[in-house]
Amino acid sequence: MSYLEYAVKSTPTGFRKILYLNWPLTLLLISVAGVGVLMLYSVAGGSFTPWAEPQIKRFALGMAAMLSIAMVPIWFWRNMAALAYGLSVLLLIAVELFGSVGMGAQRWIDLGFMRLQPSELTKITLVMMLAAYYDWLPAQKTSRPFWVLVPVILILLPTALVLKQPDLGTSILLLAAGGGVMFLAGVHWAYFAAVIAAGIGLVTAVFESRGTPWQLIKDYQYRRIDTFLDPGSDPLGAGYHITQSKIALGSGGWAGRGFMQGTQSRLNFLPEKHTDFIFTTLAEEFGFIGGISLLTLYALIIVFCIATAISARDRFSSLATLGIAITFFLFFAVNMSMVMGLAPVVGVPLPMVSYGGSAMLVLMAAFGIVQSAHVHRPR
Amino acid sequence: MRRNPRELMMLNRVSTRRALLLGGVQLAFAGGLAMRMRYLQVDQADQFRLLAEENRINIRLIPPTRGKIFDRNGNVLAQNSPSYRIVIVREDAGDVDQVLQNLSELIELDPEDLDRAQNEMRRSPPFLPVTLADQIDWNDISKVAVNAPALPGITPEVGLTRVYPRGADFANVIGYVGPVSDYDLSKMEDPEPVLRIPRFQIGKVGLEAKREDMLRGKAGAKRVEVNATGRVMRELDRREGQPGADLQLTVDAELQAYIQARLGQDSASAVVLDCETGDLRAMGSSPSFDPNLFVRGISVADYRGLLEDPYRPLASKSVQGVYPPGSTFKMITAMAALEDGLIGPDDTVYCPGYLEVSGRRFHCWRRGGHGHVDLQTSLKQSCDVYYYDLALKVGIDKISAMAQRFGIGVRHDLPLSAVARGLAPDRDWKQRVHGQDWLIGDTANASIGQGYMLASPLQLAVMTARIATGRTVTPRLIKSIDGIEQPSGAGEPLEMNETNMRTIRRAMYAVSNDRRGTAYGSRIIEDAFRMAGKTGTSQVRNITAAERAAGVTRNEDLPWERRDHALFVCFAPYDKPRYAVSVVIEHGGGGSSAAAPVARDILLQALYGDTPPLTAYPAKDRDRVKALQERLHREKLRRDTEGSGRA
Repeated sequence: MSYLEYAVKSTPTGFRKILYLNWPLTLLLISVAGVGVLMLYSVAGGSFTPWAEPQIKRFALGMAAMLSIAMVPIWFWRNMAALAYGLSVLLLIAVELFGSVGMGAQRWIDLGFMRLQPSELTKITLVMMLAAYYDWLPAQKTSRPFWVLVPVILILLPTALVLKQPDLGTSILLLAAGGGVMFLAGVHWAYFAAVIAAGIGLVTAVFESRGTPWQLIKDYQYRRIDTFLDPGSDPLGAGYHITQSKIALGSGGWAGRGFMQGTQSRLNFLPEKHTDFIFTTLAEEFGFIGGISLLTLYALIIVFCIATAISARDRFSSLATLGIAITFFLFFAVNMSMVMGLAPVVGVPLPMVSYGGSAMLVLMAAFGIVQSAHVHRPR
Repeated sequence: MRRNPRELMMLNRVSTRRALLLGGVQLAFAGGLAMRMRYLQVDQADQFRLLAEENRINIRLIPPTRGKIFDRNGNVLAQNSPSYRIVIVREDAGDVDQVLQNLSELIELDPEDLDRAQNEMRRSPPFLPVTLADQIDWNDISKVAVNAPALPGITPEVGLTRVYPRGADFANVIGYVGPVSDYDLSKMEDPEPVLRIPRFQIGKVGLEAKREDMLRGKAGAKRVEVNATGRVMRELDRREGQPGADLQLTVDAELQAYIQARLGQDSASAVVLDCETGDLRAMGSSPSFDPNLFVRGISVADYRGLLEDPYRPLASKSVQGVYPPGSTFKMITAMAALEDGLIGPDDTVYCPGYLEVSGRRFHCWRRGGHGHVDLQTSLKQSCDVYYYDLALKVGIDKISAMAQRFGIGVRHDLPLSAVARGLAPDRDWKQRVHGQDWLIGDTANASIGQGYMLASPLQLAVMTARIATGRTVTPRLIKSIDGIEQPSGAGEPLEMNETNMRTIRRAMYAVSNDRRGTAYGSRIIEDAFRMAGKTGTSQVRNITAAERAAGVTRNEDLPWERRDHALFVCFAPYDKPRYAVSVVIEHGGGGSSAAAPVARDILLQALYGDTPPLTAYPAKDRDRVKALQERLHREKLRRDTEGSGRA
């Protein structure tokens, strides 16, 4: 049964749709954003500037975007998927040609009123594209080599462009989210087994290529991996981030040092404390209890997304929602692993909490899709 | 596209299964994160809390104030004066170049210092002060203070630096301090953290080095909170340190000043010992140097000049220099023979001008000989043959033992650098060190303080004080520490036969009061302060038989470094000894002509405590004495006016 076969009469119309929103999910998002504002207020030394206030405005904007998207029937977004995907690939190419360099990488285009990061946008459009693709593809072709190759190309194209920026974190995210959607669509196990084997081979190649003229990633990325594997080797240099981050987390203890009492963040021992490392401030000031609370909120968001996906009857709603959930999961899982010293420092923000415009807006837009799927599910 | 219901159901079942599987993996991962969080925040919390505190809290040491040093009358010998330096804080200065330009128009800046400061500024964070100029005088500091508005970021800072108001007079006793060097640190097993404070001064030489433990004091500390870049956010708490102990020495600054002036530019040294207490009243060593130069950091050229000077200004000759004591040793030889009962004071020896000892001739300084001499005559006229004879009877071992009882060849425990032990040789020593048998000729040489015999001016003064008092007078330099009196060095009775001691003293009296005594020309005329003494002229060269036959070259015709050392030891008053003095003038010629007048002048100065009357001096010396007294008086006046001007 595709969306065309929905009993359209039973779907809500007009402003009544608001009542059919996934309200628990909405409240969870508001809570997480609230945590973010609180932490941004704290790391600024008890001030709404320079981070908390813009963050509130962006969240408000994001809320508006989410609600607007939720009001539009899900089949519209299905039809838009290919267009959105094409547009974001074009933007990635544009950013390669005309983009501005920030933090040592070409990542954004300055639109005047905001900086657009096409790589952020791609995280959503790729998921939508793949969901739409499997919605269209007849089921028996799902595991045929040619029809597996098509989504693989759809994934690798933006991934390669992002990797070239170079943005290792986002490209891994794209790869993982795309693979996740393919897996959920029912592609045969054997393909994944082959890819995982190849992945292990690739990692080996990356390490083997080090120091040769054809080395696959940048020197600073190698160093990050080195210091991840042994942070003690360079505690004041590149290992500084991980060491200080772990100290901040650990010193928080069970109940934390109290709101705005975290010495590690207040005295600037933490790097990037308002963006990638904001979780350390939370963990330092609110301790294990605070950290677990945020983790629980995130887990609940995932659970509600899965529930929405399972209750959806059409392939697009289900796969897009799950894809978005995977993307969201990858965000916080990679970020938290990173600050806890379980993964290399790759530059992935903590979703909805870290300071940053593009990521917040894109995520809210994605949750708009989830909400739309929820509102327009068959009843 | 349309799908048939069966296919859709099958697809949905696969998707739901995989969604649940993936969801489970995700939740499991979240659980893993929670476990990791628990490990870091609960299991390891204490350790990380400690690390966070270590990050945040910095201990800053507060350097202690170094103890002062006074002479016995409370005159300051070493103290700490404020020293000013000018520092710049880059972040407060704004336009650094403009500020430096303004500053250099006001005061003179050393371009070398400026270069170093600019380098330092480039390397250090903008909030750290960088020293632009050190040891600035008060005038320049006030100029900077008055023009503060034109000099943002520039502040005068005050610290303490060591100052030796008596300059060169006490350089060889007190020594000097200097900034801690890497070499100093490498010598220490576990250096105190305070030593790592930049520009922290420690004693390098002399008393400053040997009593570093007392003078330094204990550093205080303050705990401050710093941020990641090292900027101090606030002070958490502070523990005051303990200043170093003040030392009062036994020396008398005025007497010391007199001695340094009297020794002049000769390479010489003198020691004044209090016979009653063992107090070192003065320890002169010339030429000297200004220790303040070392505190500020001496230039390479100046330092090389001091090092290469053949007169060795850096050496504390009074305790470090060892010389053959020459005839000043004869009292010991005589004492050994008397105590052994081998001779009486009236037994005579015939001196034909030499003594044949196992085929070798040992000469008396007077070629014609002294004829029949008894003990008093032998000492008075310093007959060498008498002592050769005595020594051959007594033997070296007893002479050596006697020398050690009188403090020669024994290290006196003084808080000074490289205090010499000297040498009172015996058979064992020669066998041990040279692997040779002791020869009878060695005994003859030793009997007149030549050969292997070596003594420092300090040891000669101790010997003289012990002869004068019959007690084991022990030298002491530190009178009190923080007001606590230190044990006196009066010593125990020597347990010698008092008659013998008196015989020796009487003979020494004759040396400087009998017309035929070798030091009669340098006697003290004042009856209350009659002096007893002994001259010594110790050879630095061997005189060969051929040389002697050709006529011995006169001292004045020899190059300086081959001339004889001039020595004199004395004490006064004869009947109630107060001070013992020893003087050694390196390569100064004869003891009676070169050393005796110096020792007498010093002794008189010590006895009177002020300018002695000219009538106490023999007539021939009065003009010279008067000239020196007047010169010193003028210098003292000048120093006093300068001193009051500064205050």
